[in-house]
Amino acid sequence: MLNERIIIAGFGGQGVMTIGQLLTYGGMYENMHVSWLPSYGPEMRGGTANCHVVLSGEPISSPIINSATSVIIMNNPSLGKFEGDVEVGGDLFINSSLVDLKPNRTDVEAIYVNANEVASNLGFEKAANMVMVGAYLGRHPIIDISTLEAVLVETMTGSKAAFVPLNIQAIHDGVKICQSQIANI
Amino acid sequence: MSIIYERTNGLTKTSTHYCPGCTHGLVHKLVGECLVELGVLGEAIGVAPVGCGVMAYNYFNCDMQQSAHGRAPAVATGIKRVLPDKVVFTYQGDGDLASIGTNEIIHAAHRGEKITTIFVNNAIYGMTGGQMAPTTLIGQRTTTSKSGRTVEHSGSPIRVSEMLATLDGARFIERVAVNNPVNVRRAKRAIKRAFETQLAGEGFAMVEVLSSCPTNWGMEPLDALKWLKENMIPYYPLGNLRNWGV
Amino acid sequence: MAKLLMKGNEAIAEAAIRGGCRYFFGYPITPQNELPEYMSVRLGEVGGVFLQAESEIGAINMVYGAAASGARAMTSSSSPGIALKQEGISYICAAQLPCVIVNISRGGPGLGGIQPAQSDYFQATRGGGNGDYRLIVYAPANLQEAVDITLEAFDISEKYRVPVFIAGDGMIGQMMEPVEIPEGFVSQSAEKDWTTTGTKGQRAPNIINTLYLDPLKLEEHNIKLDNVYKLIEANETRYEADSLEDCDVVCAAYGMTSRIARSSIKIAASSGVKVGMLRPVSLWPFPYGAFDKINPKAKGILCAEMSMGQMLDDVKIGSKGRWPIHFYGRSGGMVPTPDEIAEQLIKIAEGKSV
Repeated sequence: MLNERIIIAGFGGQGVMTIGQLLTYGGMYENMHVSWLPSYGPEMRGGTANCHVVLSGEPISSPIINSATSVIIMNNPSLGKFEGDVEVGGDLFINSSLVDLKPNRTDVEAIYVNANEVASNLGFEKAANMVMVGAYLGRHPIIDISTLEAVLVETMTGSKAAFVPLNIQAIHDGVKICQSQIANI
Repeated sequence: MSIIYERTNGLTKTSTHYCPGCTHGLVHKLVGECLVELGVLGEAIGVAPVGCGVMAYNYFNCDMQQSAHGRAPAVATGIKRVLPDKVVFTYQGDGDLASIGTNEIIHAAHRGEKITTIFVNNAIYGMTGGQMAPTTLIGQRTTTSKSGRTVEHSGSPIRVSEMLATLDGARFIERVAVNNPVNVRRAKRAIKRAFETQLAGEGFAMVEVLSSCPTNWGMEPLDALKWLKENMIPYYPLGNLRNWGV
Repeated sequence: MAKLLMKGNEAIAEAAIRGGCRYFFGYPITPQNELPEYMSVRLGEVGGVFLQAESEIGAINMVYGAAASGARAMTSSSSPGIALKQEGISYICAAQLPCVIVNISRGGPGLGGIQPAQSDYFQATRGGGNGDYRLIVYAPANLQEAVDITLEAFDISEKYRVPVFIAGDGMIGQMMEPVEIPEGFVSQSAEKDWTTTGTKGQRAPNIINTLYLDPLKLEEHNIKLDNVYKLIEANETRYEADSLEDCDVVCAAYGMTSRIARSSIKIAASSGVKVGMLRPVSLWPFPYGAFDKINPKAKGILCAEMSMGQMLDDVKIGSKGRWPIHFYGRSGGMVPTPDEIAEQLIKIAEGKSV
């Protein structure tokens, strides 16, 4: 049964919370049991942020993740802090544009995504977080991208609406990068 | 035959519990008369303090709430925000307002709450038996300053009116005394103006009433009034500190 | 009805508004800040008033004044802030004022931490304020339950003229889950002839008071309050129970810990241990009667909490010595894992000391 436990971590401003909320919304739209839990308090002011997302086929017991199926790493400090939380055989999605460190774990899969460069090539570097969403879905196609598009259309209103197509493109690009790597694994 | 004086309908027909010579009853009467003369008794909601005025809820002839010690301005804020068209007042002593309730009174004034506060300052805790208050004068003997208050130990007495008058939200602040008929008439004018401030929607209004406590001061009532004049008024000068539209 | 993905703090705020809340008085403290922030936007849209008070003490006394004036008023805070409100809560109970109080609790004592905890159980159920009083305390285990409880909270509070206290924790406040908040909730507003709204010269003054200097009068008042509390015990006790009658072991847990315990129960089942679940939804009135359903031959009861053992006292009272009582708790903001609780349950079933 579906039981994805995803930790997303990075600097504040990188859209870490947004990645988590988008996956959570998408899961809800596809009738999964979902939860999203952010870090809060001084940790947030210090510049690092993380959130825990659970997407499940049955009611969720704890929204806190003790053992993650996937961790999405957006900056160097987060790698050291969270690589230990991935279960054996789980996935580390690493934003290689900003993370030059390598994981110590050898019992997990590391997928490198130059998310900031991909997003910059689209002329919209802010969408680096969406590239990471795509990378995750490239490995775990549990939510249709069309569902995420529906989420973005609903949540990005007003002046933000114009950016929906770029975000969707960034997700597609992330999927491609991930799948090309998986093919090489 | 014409009536030249009668008991105000602003007070209930209840005997008060106040000590002989205490001026609380007189201040109650002035507040009651003002509510009647302004035609707002039926619209008034009062908040009683903890202290000698605690049973004011039995004496004012209007809806009343009794609050926790010092919290009357917060309670009055809750009332006024729900019922902005009603006339809301607090009646508080100096232990209640100037000690435990400083936070509540400062912020009610700072927010410009459209309430009226009657602050009765008799420089002592009356109800609990004559302990030192923040308003107790230097040298004044109380049950917790038996040799007289000293600056070194307890600081100098707090002048609440001057402090609140620094706040923009406080639109009417006046200190009065009820030690003689002339001052009583001035006190009533100030209390009425304080209610008019609320009715005009201007903001916070407070009248500080210098009052006597013969029992806890250990004096005859007339001696107490003399003591008020000779000791309190020099430290707590009478007069207006803020008056909107003037 | 569409499901919304909402943060717990915001879901509770919206549910309160749909349940009739129009006045909110609060003060910033983590991890409940989204609740007043949401109220500051939404209450204006529905003709209500949000006011940020000078302190938690100010806020609870504003609730006193507003509730006594007939309004549906609410405050929220987190543990140390709720501690500051205790004086006001005691006065509100004494004056029999309906209102809703929310605690999105964090670790303590003192300033403690900001991560979720359940260490305010005593504060909520045993009275942090003075005197013989009770609060109706509900502890939701998920956001939908938090919404459902909050919707009804004002109705229940007005029915008995006793505050409803919602005991969430940092996780309930901070997490997002899908919720459904019904649009057309119709509240059962109680008749209020006791409020201070001005006499208009047409009736005797209404007085909201908590002072009874005559001990006989105060005792009469206490008996009157106690009769209301007995009625609440009879009518408003809520709990959820699974497999109590034929289990090997019982897990007693509430709120967030009960969710975690559900996973633990599955883990134990895979080891052949059948665990029953007793989840109090109302912490007061506590479901003591539910213990009578427990298999007399059960090996024991495990009370699991995010505290050093507070509900444990009520579990002992409810069990009346019929089963061995065990405790597993994490505190200070630490959250137990499903495996940790499962390990304890299996040990109890195997007759090992925990």
